[in-house]
Amino acid sequence: MMKVLVTVKEVAEVEEDFVLDGTRIDDRFLEYDLNEWDDYAIETAVQLAEAGDDVEVVSATIGPERCEETIRMALAKGVDRGIRVWDDTLASVDLLDVNAKTEIFNAIIAEEEPDLILTGVQAHDDSFGATGVSVADAAGYEWAAVVNALDLDADAGVAHVRRELEGGVEELTDVELPAVLTIQTGINEPRYASLRGIRMAQRKEIAQQTLDDLGLDEGAVESQITLTDMYEPESESDVELFEGDADAAAASLASVLREKGVGAQ
Amino acid sequence: MSDVLAVVDHRRGQLRDISFELISAGADLAADLGGSLHVAVISGDVEKFATELDREGVDTVYTVAHGEEFNHDVYVQAIEALFDELAPTAILMPNSVNGLDYAPAVANRLSLPLVTDAIGISYNETLSVAREMYGSKVETTVDVATEPFAVTIRGAEWPQAKGNGSAPVEPFEVSIDESAVRSTVTGFEEVGGGDVDITDADILVSVGRGIEDEENIELIEELAAALGATLSSSRPIVDNGWLPKNRQVGQSGKVVTPDIYLAVGISGAVQHVAGMKGSDTIIAINTDPNAPIFDIADYGIVGDLFDVVPVLIDEFSS
Repeated sequence: MMKVLVTVKEVAEVEEDFVLDGTRIDDRFLEYDLNEWDDYAIETAVQLAEAGDDVEVVSATIGPERCEETIRMALAKGVDRGIRVWDDTLASVDLLDVNAKTEIFNAIIAEEEPDLILTGVQAHDDSFGATGVSVADAAGYEWAAVVNALDLDADAGVAHVRRELEGGVEELTDVELPAVLTIQTGINEPRYASLRGIRMAQRKEIAQQTLDDLGLDEGAVESQITLTDMYEPESESDVELFEGDADAAAASLASVLREKGVGAQ
Repeated sequence: MSDVLAVVDHRRGQLRDISFELISAGADLAADLGGSLHVAVISGDVEKFATELDREGVDTVYTVAHGEEFNHDVYVQAIEALFDELAPTAILMPNSVNGLDYAPAVANRLSLPLVTDAIGISYNETLSVAREMYGSKVETTVDVATEPFAVTIRGAEWPQAKGNGSAPVEPFEVSIDESAVRSTVTGFEEVGGGDVDITDADILVSVGRGIEDEENIELIEELAAALGATLSSSRPIVDNGWLPKNRQVGQSGKVVTPDIYLAVGISGAVQHVAGMKGSDTIIAINTDPNAPIFDIADYGIVGDLFDVVPVLIDEFSS
């Protein structure tokens, strides 16, 4: 029996045109979806479950009721059950920092005792890229960040991984289990949920937990970090845009390219 | 206790550029705090590294000799010991792939607030960090209420520290608990070799997420052929398996500097820009006028690539 925990996050994507409201972007300019990196982590976990004899995959998230949809999608792809942590205290926190997320997931880990924890390298919205490794250290698990290949030898208690370094170099590393791996995009091809999967997901359990349920108090999620300003980056652009319809714009671009010697035989 | 500890990055015998950017960021912050800048280099040829790290602004270089290559368990233990010894106000670390592999553990171990991927740091009684959110669509300021704190910095946002310093080099003894070292690097591999070397090309036509579908790649191949260019791409195209890894431009792919870089349907995420901003002439075709690619482009068309590209192909095929 092996248990894999996948921590996931529902993230907001900002539309092309949006308006800032202090340190927030109004909901009408946001579109919510499963964090792209976490989709690859889910696929990794589901593939392990399909390849193994007795593998349970549990998915955990921190977020409001809206996130049930995201968790349900993970269930439809083959995750066995979900956990969603939320309460009024969490709802009142402006920016949940890495330490707060670590406390919450650490409490879940203490309860679930997974052999392997998978999560995305980073979240698309706040891009801290820190939760997985922080959680590993807090839980006393080994870890590897930015993993783009995994060969799990559960019997030997080792994960053979590749870490994607900069500049097209990969590091081959052996990681002792239990471990947290942060998963990079491209490690696999995340599946789409099948109709059957979506139907089955309706019957799967999503356990709702509060901080109190996890044995945590308000202090555990008190953030030392506050968002004090949000602004649109100043464009340093001095781009020359070719105007007009596609024909006109393309013709202008073509003449610039010719000036630079493109197409000269 | 108002010092800065900056931990540098190296790989396979070379200090990485971000090491010298950490010195610049660290020296500025140390000046704001009214303290000293301590630079730490862990593992590898630390004596050689220490000589290279002695640049302007550095007060002391601490060397921790242990093994050749990066191991996060060793790094965490070494930084923990340095922190106990030096009691700095700030720990600065790189937001590199290896930085992401140890900085969060350091912050957790030492119960420090952590802000990652900083693009600006200022200190005026409290720490303020500038960082991006929502895929570079907005910038934010975050304030950190308590000290000490830990920050990782984004590459290429600070200048590289220059000059020669006169910092003493202090070998720092750490007794590493080997039983807590539970991961082992077994090797490295260069990926993305193969038939084409995009770093050699004079003209690159690069395709991104805007192409929408694998079958549409053909259209960009046609454009590249018409222009006598080589085809490259941004990360999502390679992640989807639509083009091989040796075509990928960006932080985790290749760094290219062609005469002309034509970005088609590429928004210009920071990781991509890191791989192509040195191109002589950058041209972008994208539907989103706010796409960051236009910030670095010399020429651009705000429009649908499926309308523009066929016309361009015609222009150069006749």
